[in-house]
Amino acid sequence: MWQALYDELKTKDFMIVAVAEESRGADHARPWIEQAKADYWCLIDTDHRLAELYGMVNVPQSVWIDAAGRIVRPPETAGSTDHFRRMDLATRTLTPEDQAARAAARAAYLDAVKQWVLTGAHALEPDAANRKLPRVTPEIARAHAHFRLGVWLRRHGRDAEADRQLAEASRLHPDSWNMWRQAADLVAVGNAGGPEFWQRVRALGDRPYYPPPDLPGFPR
Amino acid sequence: MAILLTETGELTVASTDGLWLSAADAERATGWTLKAEGMCRDALCVPLPAAALRDGRVDLAAFWRTLDNVALSDDAGEIWVLGAGADARNQALAGLVAPDFTLPDLDGVPHCLSDLRGKKVFLATWASW
Repeated sequence: MWQALYDELKTKDFMIVAVAEESRGADHARPWIEQAKADYWCLIDTDHRLAELYGMVNVPQSVWIDAAGRIVRPPETAGSTDHFRRMDLATRTLTPEDQAARAAARAAYLDAVKQWVLTGAHALEPDAANRKLPRVTPEIARAHAHFRLGVWLRRHGRDAEADRQLAEASRLHPDSWNMWRQAADLVAVGNAGGPEFWQRVRALGDRPYYPPPDLPGFPR
Repeated sequence: MAILLTETGELTVASTDGLWLSAADAERATGWTLKAEGMCRDALCVPLPAAALRDGRVDLAAFWRTLDNVALSDDAGEIWVLGAGADARNQALAGLVAPDFTLPDLDGVPHCLSDLRGKKVFLATWASW
């Protein structure tokens, strides 16, 4: 997914770390990774540890980290947009206008990453970065523990008990699409994009599924 | 026997009656050492509630919760998650130092974020679902 960007920038003291939030394990992510022919880091995160450490709630989300190991852009949507919400579900297609707008947003996002690597543009000052950090509540902290336990129980065949733990995680952290969709996928591959997913997306109303990043080319 | 899922991985310990562990196992699991002052790590000591210490064994779940962390288990009380609490997570992010992690690639080879110090890193998640 990021190989062209990496090819362009890999001589500029730059690395991409693409992490699969994939509780089914490495073999489930393998076809996508092999098809991408990536030579940046592609890692497997069965416990969604990254989401827990960085407060991520959806995929794709990204964090920009400078050469000193400091966060210069906290988690934000990595180039995806809400155009999919207007998809014709019968044909699973977007209008040409929406397809074009979606592609333009993705290009704008990739360009922002490129400008950051080449010139330092778009890196936030510490105060601004701090303001954009996700806030972890006690409920969210508990949700991650329930999620971890649920994934462990699923891996060990204790599905009914696992699903109760995963449901509790989603109840405590309803904003986490990662938790809900991963749990749905563990029940059956494909469930994460099934009717209940679309129902949850519709229930967002005016709220975004992919909040646009505060970058040129995105709506304010 | 209990299986502990901690920040650093998974370990099996001999436990009785919930999560009562020997001081040695408690230290192995959490890095906190039982001393006269309480549970200690580096220069910091936290008093251990009287009810959480019996015959040299520690109620690790009770101790973990006194730190405002999360301790919870499966129905049988055999599988325990010792997670970080909200304050710990927020403090870890507040300094803007990117939380370090080690995760495997497709071949199981571990990769550590901090090994990339000196490079700008674009850290991005994705999923098949």
